[in-house]
Amino acid sequence: MVSEALIVHEPTASRFPVGRIAGWLLLAAILLAFPAFSGAYFVFMATLVAINVIATIGLNITVGYAGLLSIGHSAFIGVGAYTGALMAIHLGTPLIVNVAGGAAAAFLVGLVFGAPSLRIKGIYLAIATLAAQYSLSFVFQQWTAVTGGDRGLSVPRVDVFGFGETGFYYVVVALAALLCLAARNLFRTRIGRAFIALRERDYAAQVLGINVVRYKLLAFALGSAYAGAAGALTAMFLRIVNPDQFTLAASVFFLAAVVVGGQASILGSILGAAFMTLMPEILRAVLELWGPGGTADVAGFLSPLREFIFGALIVGFLVFEPRGLAGLIQRLVGRSNN
Amino acid sequence: MQILEYSLIGIASGGLYVLAALGFVIIYKASNVFNFAMGEMMMFGAYLFFAMTVQLHFGWPVAVIAALAGSVALAVAIDRVLLQRLIGQPVIVLVMVTLGVGSMIKGASGMIWGPDIVQMPDFLPRKPIFIGDILIPGKLAWGFLAVGVIATAFMLYYRFSRTGVAIRATSSDQITAEGMGINVRWIFSLAWAIAGVLAGASGIVIGALNGITPQLGAVALNVLAVVMLAGMTSVGGVVIAGIFIGWVETLVGAYLGAAWQNFMPYLIVLLVMTVKPTGLFGERQIERI
Repeated sequence: MVSEALIVHEPTASRFPVGRIAGWLLLAAILLAFPAFSGAYFVFMATLVAINVIATIGLNITVGYAGLLSIGHSAFIGVGAYTGALMAIHLGTPLIVNVAGGAAAAFLVGLVFGAPSLRIKGIYLAIATLAAQYSLSFVFQQWTAVTGGDRGLSVPRVDVFGFGETGFYYVVVALAALLCLAARNLFRTRIGRAFIALRERDYAAQVLGINVVRYKLLAFALGSAYAGAAGALTAMFLRIVNPDQFTLAASVFFLAAVVVGGQASILGSILGAAFMTLMPEILRAVLELWGPGGTADVAGFLSPLREFIFGALIVGFLVFEPRGLAGLIQRLVGRSNN
Repeated sequence: MQILEYSLIGIASGGLYVLAALGFVIIYKASNVFNFAMGEMMMFGAYLFFAMTVQLHFGWPVAVIAALAGSVALAVAIDRVLLQRLIGQPVIVLVMVTLGVGSMIKGASGMIWGPDIVQMPDFLPRKPIFIGDILIPGKLAWGFLAVGVIATAFMLYYRFSRTGVAIRATSSDQITAEGMGINVRWIFSLAWAIAGVLAGASGIVIGALNGITPQLGAVALNVLAVVMLAGMTSVGGVVIAGIFIGWVETLVGAYLGAAWQNFMPYLIVLLVMTVKPTGLFGERQIERI
C-alpha cells in the first residue's frame, strides 16, 4: 500500500485568500530586494539554490509524483549543460533560448533511456538511469571534439540587462518561480493526475483509460527536461562545464534533496534544494572553525563526510519522516491551528 | 596466442564478478529488493580485512573470518534495522534506502581509511601459472579458484539444504511459504547474511588483486550487467553471464582501451533491456505493460 502521506494535499480556499496573497507579495519583495542587501557570496548561493530547485522539482516529478526511481538525474543535467554551453559558444543564442534547448535535449535523451526500461514493470528504470549516468559520462569524456573531454567547455559570459551576476540571479529566480508554478498546476491537470494514478496502482490507472507506458515515459522525460533546464542554467552561471560535475554522487545529492524536502511536494522540492545546497557550505564553515589541521585536511575530509551525510539523510528521512521537511512543516502548522 | 591469453585472464576476472552477482540475486529473489549497496558491502569487507591484517597484525585466516563476520553483521543490520521497518512500503523506497546506505558506507570508509589506495598483504601466491606458454597472473588464478569454491559451496547449499529450499519457496510465493510455516522475515535476514558473506569474500579477492580504495564499490556496477544478462533471478545463469562479461570486458579493454572497457557493461545493460528483458536465463516473471 502506498502511504497516504504521499497523496497531494490541496488546501481548500473558500474565501478570497488575502493572507496568502500578502504572503506571496512579501516573498516576491524579499527575493527582489535580496541582492541589494547582501554580498556577492549570498547572491551566488541564492542563484545556486534556485537552479537546484529547478532540478529537484524535475526529479520530484519522476520519483515523488510518478513513483519511478531515477538514480541518474545528474546525467540529464549534464545533457542540458552541454547543450546550453554548445549553443552559447557556437550559435551565440540568448540565455533563455539556451535553457529551452537544454531542456529539449534532455527531454529527448530521457525518452531514449526511458523507452526500453519503462515498458517493463519493476526496478528497471533505476538500472537504466544508472546506465545513463555512466554512458553519458563516457560520452562527455570521450567525445573530445565536441565536449572538450575532461577539460570541458568554458562558456562566454552572459550579461543580463547589464546587471551581471545580479541580473542572472533575477532571471534564475523568475524562471524557478515559473517552473514551480508550472509543476504545481501540472498536477491539477489530466496529465499530472495520471502520473499520480500510475504511482498508486498502475492496473487501476490502465482501467481508467490511462496509457501506462506513454504516461510513465512522459513523466520521466518531463523530469529530465527540468534537469536539462537546470543544467543549461548551471553552465551559463558557472561558465564551465566538465564531466566531474555530473557524477553518481551528484545524482544522490538530488535524490537526497527530494527525500529530505518531501516527495510529491513542490514546497518540499524548494526546501530540499535549499537545505542540500546550503548544508555543505555550513558544514565546511564548521569544520574550518573546529576541524583538525589546515584547509587541505578539511577539503579531504569533507567529501567523504558529505557523502555519508547525504546517505544518512536519505535513509533517516525515509525511515522516520517519509513526508520530509514539507510534511514536518505541515504538521507543525496544523498543530498550531488547532 | 595473444587473444587466448586475454581470454583466460578475462574468464578468471569474470569469475570474480560471479560472487557479487550471486549476492545481488539472492537478495532480489528472497525479498524483491534490488540492493544498490552491494558494491559498498564488498568494499567494506575488503577494508575490514585490511584493518585486521595490516593495522591490527592478525594472520590472514583470522582476518578472513573476522572480515566475513563483519560483512554479515553489516548486511543483517541493514535488513533488520532499516528494511524490515519499511516492509509494505513501495519497492522504490526500499531501493532508495539501499542507495543511501551505500553512500553512507562509502563516506564512512573514506573518512576512516582515507581516499588513497591501500594494499593488502600478499596472501594469494604471486607466482604466475603457465598453461603451455600462456601466462596467467598467480593472484588472479588463485583468486578464481577461491571464488569457484565459494560459489560452488553456495550453490550446493542453495539447491539442497532445507534453508535453501525455504529461500526458493519464499521467492516463488511469499504468502504460501508463510502458510507452510516458513518464517519469511527470517528468510530475508538469511538472504542478506548470505549476501554479506558473498560480498565480503568477493571484496577481499578483488581488493587483493587491485588494492582497496573507497571506489572499489564501483565494480558492483559491472556486476549489474552480469545480473541483467543472467536475468535477475537465475542463480546458474549468473555464473555463465559473469564469466562471459569478464571475458568480453577484458577483450574490449585490450583492443579498444580502458574507457571502452568501463563503458561496455552499460551497453550490455541497455541492450539486454531493449532486446530481451528477461535476460538469458531469467524466469518469465517480467510483466510488460
